[in-house]
Amino acid sequence: MTTPGQTVGPFFAFGLEYDGDSALVPPGTPGAVRLFGRVLDGDGDPVPDALVELWQADAEGRVVQEPGSLRRDGHTFTGWGRAATDRTGTYSFTTLAPADPPYFALCLFARGLLDRLFTRAYLPGHQPEGPLSSLVATEDPHGYRFDIVLQGDGETVFLDHRRTQD
Amino acid sequence: MTTQADISAEIAAISEQYAASGTTENGVRLDYPPYRSSLLRHPTKSPVQVDPEGIERWSPVFGERDVGPLESDLTIQRSGEPLGERIKVTGRVTDSDGRPVRRQLVEIWQANAGGRYVHQRDQHPAPLDPNFIGMGRCLTDDDGSYVFTTIKPGPYPWRNHHNAWRPAHIHFSLFGTDFTQRLVTQMYFPGDPLFALDPIYQSIVDPKARERLVATYDHDVTEAEWCTGYRWDIVLSGAAGTPLEEEHA
Repeated sequence: MTTPGQTVGPFFAFGLEYDGDSALVPPGTPGAVRLFGRVLDGDGDPVPDALVELWQADAEGRVVQEPGSLRRDGHTFTGWGRAATDRTGTYSFTTLAPADPPYFALCLFARGLLDRLFTRAYLPGHQPEGPLSSLVATEDPHGYRFDIVLQGDGETVFLDHRRTQD
Repeated sequence: MTTQADISAEIAAISEQYAASGTTENGVRLDYPPYRSSLLRHPTKSPVQVDPEGIERWSPVFGERDVGPLESDLTIQRSGEPLGERIKVTGRVTDSDGRPVRRQLVEIWQANAGGRYVHQRDQHPAPLDPNFIGMGRCLTDDDGSYVFTTIKPGPYPWRNHHNAWRPAHIHFSLFGTDFTQRLVTQMYFPGDPLFALDPIYQSIVDPKARERLVATYDHDVTEAEWCTGYRWDIVLSGAAGTPLEEEHA
């Protein structure tokens, strides 16, 4: 039987955050893009104690299987990072646009959120059809914007991945 | 002001409803009102079912360059010995088919022996320990096993309701072989008198399911003249990526 989840709680910063966690590429890297947005609760208020994790293919569509996400060497693109929200509920990654699949796979944690939530942020111009059609980042002067709404109006579509074995 | 009696009554009502439902829930509820912070932070719509594809069938890779061998010992991160009960916590990380999750990252964080976190927003008037930070990492071995040496954390007060106390716990963060297996949870210690009172622990409404978060005291892990030992195995959800793995085998 699987082990149940529990909330990440309010004090995850010293356990999970680290220097360079949200910078998958150094600023100024050719082709670097910013993926950012706000995490909002059911009242539309920012969630300042959330953590967003990103996992993506590289700019050629490859799944990267290289270590180094926790101690970045400045040139290996590992495809994974995490970003805590600030007091305005904003998270921000510096990364490369994935070629294919054309989305950032996201995993969300927060105080008050009892288990992680999965979603996808598709690149502008790659809107999926059907129930995921709202999961598109918008192009913004500051980068790709993708807000995550936990509850209520504009609630983000979260995903339940079917399993072949469970 | 909401009292423990109020919260306990809410917990009991949900527990009775669950028992009467005749169903089995293996996971944690996202919508669990006794945990007040969850009220505005749980989705109200059902998740959309998707087949994991591409990137979601893989996990990031972590290696020796990410995690130093000493990072699994939380008692040696400062110049002196931390105060409290030295313990060893060990166990295996497997998927639901029993396959070990090899060479994968395990991260932990916790309060010190007095129930205080190294976090500026922790206002609990218990002393910080200059010799204890309370975060550690390791990679599982080829058998999926992890081991940490640390200090037994204390229970601590929080503001869910008046006189609310969390049972002692260690936060665990785990990765599987698929992105979809990602798990963050908490490990508890056997026999904690606060279990029945805690809305976070009780948010797993099935008694057997929540007991899976409780470590076992294991005298074979205990080391003479050194530390006591606990064992806690972790089972991640099934890996959806099996067909893809076979393609690449």
